[in-house]
Amino acid sequence: MHELSIALGIVKIAEDEAAKAKAERVTKIELEIGVLSGIELDSLNFIWESAIKDTVLEFAEKEIVIIKGKGKCIDCDTEFEIEKLFDPCPYCNSYFKGILQGKELRVKALEVI
Amino acid sequence: MCGTCGCGTENNGPIISKPGEKNHSHGDQHHGEHSHDEHHHHNGHSHSHEEHHNHSHTHEHDHNHKVLEIEQDILQNNQLLAARNRGYFEAKNIFALNLVSSPGSGKTTLLERTLADLKAEIPFYVIEGDQQTLNDANRIAALDIPVIQINTGKGCHLESDMVYDAVKKLNVKDNSVLMIENVGNLVCPSMFDLGENKRIVIISTTEGEDKPIKYPDMFYTSDICIINKIDLLPYVNINVENIKKYALQVNPKLVFFEVSATTGEGMDGWYQWLKKLKLEYKN
Ligand SMILES: Nc1nc2c(ncn2[C@@H]2O[C@H](COP(=O)(O)OP(=O)(O)OP(=O)(O)O)[C@@H](O)[C@H]2O)c(=O)[nH]1
Ligand SMILES: [Mg+2]
Ligand SMILES: [Zn+2]
Repeated sequence: MHELSIALGIVKIAEDEAAKAKAERVTKIELEIGVLSGIELDSLNFIWESAIKDTVLEFAEKEIVIIKGKGKCIDCDTEFEIEKLFDPCPYCNSYFKGILQGKELRVKALEVI
Repeated sequence: MCGTCGCGTENNGPIISKPGEKNHSHGDQHHGEHSHDEHHHHNGHSHSHEEHHNHSHTHEHDHNHKVLEIEQDILQNNQLLAARNRGYFEAKNIFALNLVSSPGSGKTTLLERTLADLKAEIPFYVIEGDQQTLNDANRIAALDIPVIQINTGKGCHLESDMVYDAVKKLNVKDNSVLMIENVGNLVCPSMFDLGENKRIVIISTTEGEDKPIKYPDMFYTSDICIINKIDLLPYVNINVENIKKYALQVNPKLVFFEVSATTGEGMDGWYQWLKKLKLEYKN
């Protein structure tokens, strides 16, 4: 389950940034996760408690902003919402598309004291 | 704690070993090799600032509260280290392939056959990723090919820093082909770039036609799809054209090879591709 690696990556970012800001702990963390990022939110939430235990994030509120998938058809230029990587263009049915958004996996902000 | 490999304590991090070598302590693996500081080069974009008093506050908080708007990519660390691998491969003219599949699709068998058939023409090096055992590395070592085993323990995929350490330890020569067999897992390895030139997903004929849309990320991020175990087609209720149809829905650019790693059927097409690409990447 790679969500554990991801959670530990988040913890590391938070620890480093908190140390840089000479903060004691993080009160809130804002994450941006795209629906095409490859992360299962249920799995991330499931391992979250164990990943943040004894870290600066232990008492932080977690806010996840989910970013919708958006693509552009390479054949006809139509922009459309993508829920799954294999969604075809709704206009011409082509599977050739560029992904415009939905792959995000970011720590957007930390609130620290 | 290392956020890169996901190991929380001293003894469940990755272990890198050569067949025939004695045990290792955790100390000489990747943790000793890099300082965690080097992971944090931002691209000039990332900044931490205090909220200034002229900002319009939408929420109340006490005076020593600060908001750090860091906008940091969670995979950035692995991506930076993948870029370092890519630079290393380029400088030494190493053609690197990342082989991914579910457990048991035939990655090691495919490698064994390929190495045996081409080792006279191409210098090969192999990195084997498994959670446990040196079994796969021993199978490769039996062919007299230099190989390193990475045991990821609880980790379900390889990451760039493990590959970097393994490559150093392998002492890969210039102008060679590096085969990296990832941990058998059709989900997790897809998110972790290792700095490879091409990613190859292997699916066997016993896995069901709709695998590509059940696990789309792996097919989306791969360049080549090898359909293995075609010798079993008479016994399984599966249509190879349907596997391809589903895979192309996820990734219309995929190139296919249909092979049997045990009988050798179809291997020539894959060998031609490998030799051609190796030449194309030569600088
Ligand atoms: N019939 C048939 N069996 C195959 C073929 N390729 C591999 N196998 C068998 O499939 C089983 C698994 O093969 P491996 O090469 O170990 O698979 P792997 O992908 O390396 O497995 P992990 O490293 O555990 O993920 C072995 O019993 C192989 O003999 C093939 O082309 N045809
Ligand atoms: Mg194997
Ligand atoms: Zn279209």
